[in-house]
Amino acid sequence: MSDQLIERVIEVIAKTQHVPAESITIDKSFAELKIDSLDGMNILFAVESEFDISIPDDQAAAIKSVRDMVEGIEKLVTAKQAAQLG
Amino acid sequence: MIRRVAVTGIGVIAAPGRTREAFWNSLRDGRSAIRPMTLVPEGALRFQNAAEVPDYRACDFLDGKEADLLDRFAQFALIAAREAVVDSGLAITPELGSRMAVVTGTSTGGQTSEDREFQSLYAEGASRIHPLTILRTMANAGTSCIAREYGITGPCYTVSTACASATHAIGQAFWMVRNGLVNAAIAGGSEAPFSLGFLKAWEAMRIVAPDTCRPFSRDRKGLILGEGAAMLVLEPLENAQARGARIWGEIAGFGMSSDAHHPTQPLAEGAARAMRAALQDAGIEPAAIGYINAHGTGTQANDVTEAQAIREVFGAHADRLAVSSTKSVHGHTLGAAGALEAAATLMALDQGLIPPTVNFTESDPACELDVVPNEARAAHIEWALSNSFAFGGLNAVLAFRRI
Repeated sequence: MSDQLIERVIEVIAKTQHVPAESITIDKSFAELKIDSLDGMNILFAVESEFDISIPDDQAAAIKSVRDMVEGIEKLVTAKQAAQLG
Repeated sequence: MIRRVAVTGIGVIAAPGRTREAFWNSLRDGRSAIRPMTLVPEGALRFQNAAEVPDYRACDFLDGKEADLLDRFAQFALIAAREAVVDSGLAITPELGSRMAVVTGTSTGGQTSEDREFQSLYAEGASRIHPLTILRTMANAGTSCIAREYGITGPCYTVSTACASATHAIGQAFWMVRNGLVNAAIAGGSEAPFSLGFLKAWEAMRIVAPDTCRPFSRDRKGLILGEGAAMLVLEPLENAQARGARIWGEIAGFGMSSDAHHPTQPLAEGAARAMRAALQDAGIEPAAIGYINAHGTGTQANDVTEAQAIREVFGAHADRLAVSSTKSVHGHTLGAAGALEAAATLMALDQGLIPPTVNFTESDPACELDVVPNEARAAHIEWALSNSFAFGGLNAVLAFRRI
């Protein structure tokens, strides 16, 4: 998990939630950040645009923290790069 | 002047049936109408299934000019209203028409026409769009065409409260007939949500099931969208009896509430207040109710909250209640849902048969109720409720009585 990736994800969450990026860290849960299901939908949409990926519904439902989000994106981005190289 | 209100006509066009009778037969037999979508390109969406009116061609129901003027949602409204009026046997003279109301519900109105015309403008290089676009897209188009068809010149309007629209519409019409403001009414709802743009918006909400609609089932994955319309003819019970009309049942109570809470997360207390209000309006105790046609969308949030609300209102009686969601058969038809479900509830009382919750696999401890799984059940029920809870936290509940 690169620092750069974490930073980009936090930026997207901060922008979507209209909160300062400093208030978000990798160890925070969505509940702690007061991110509800509707906010979650918005963040997923913004993250999909930022990284040009598509997060399936069942995977999306399992994302409950910043760390879950970063890990999920990392997998999808890696898979996308592998597909492009392959 | 408080009068009892009878339903003397029912008309339906929906995925499980293009007539009232075909609709009821599918509910009775537990045949779900959820199938692969045909109205949008295959593979364009994360979900594939919906409840479309099968093989619908406007020309099978309407003449060319009517079909041209009306978006699919308003076509459905007119088709259902015609069946309801024929069923009622009511002769709508100009004099009666002046003392009649039409109240319809729709969530999204004529958006399929808007989507098509805007596509031509934004993507296909058109420099103008069809001159009937405004008339096709306006949410009151269904009400207006029904009023024109029958010369109904009393209070006519449209209610839009997302998934509770039709229940709010029927409730308003019921109160007008009950209070003597009008001598009869046509009320219901219609919806045609299948444009790619609108479905993409649903996809982004991540609440549409990839498989099917399984209300109250542990493995439920979300709602399934549907289309169609249902209309009811309402008149004072006394008048209906005097003219020897066939009476499907009585609308006896209507309750509304607002959660004032969250755009999408429902609140059990809000739903409970709407049910209590309907019971109070009908002047009955919770224990009188034998059946609830649930809002039962098949989403995680709705089904748990609705079950909590039912337990809050009915207490121990909740275990003696039959609660089914016919959305498992006809899909979630949004602004038409309350009308299809009112029709289902009235026919259930009339026929002495509770339509099942189909696609049910196993119960979920978080929303355990007697959901009449997969097979209809014979039951002589005197009183029933029909629940509708909308995005935006707006709730509406109707109480029905067997006649």
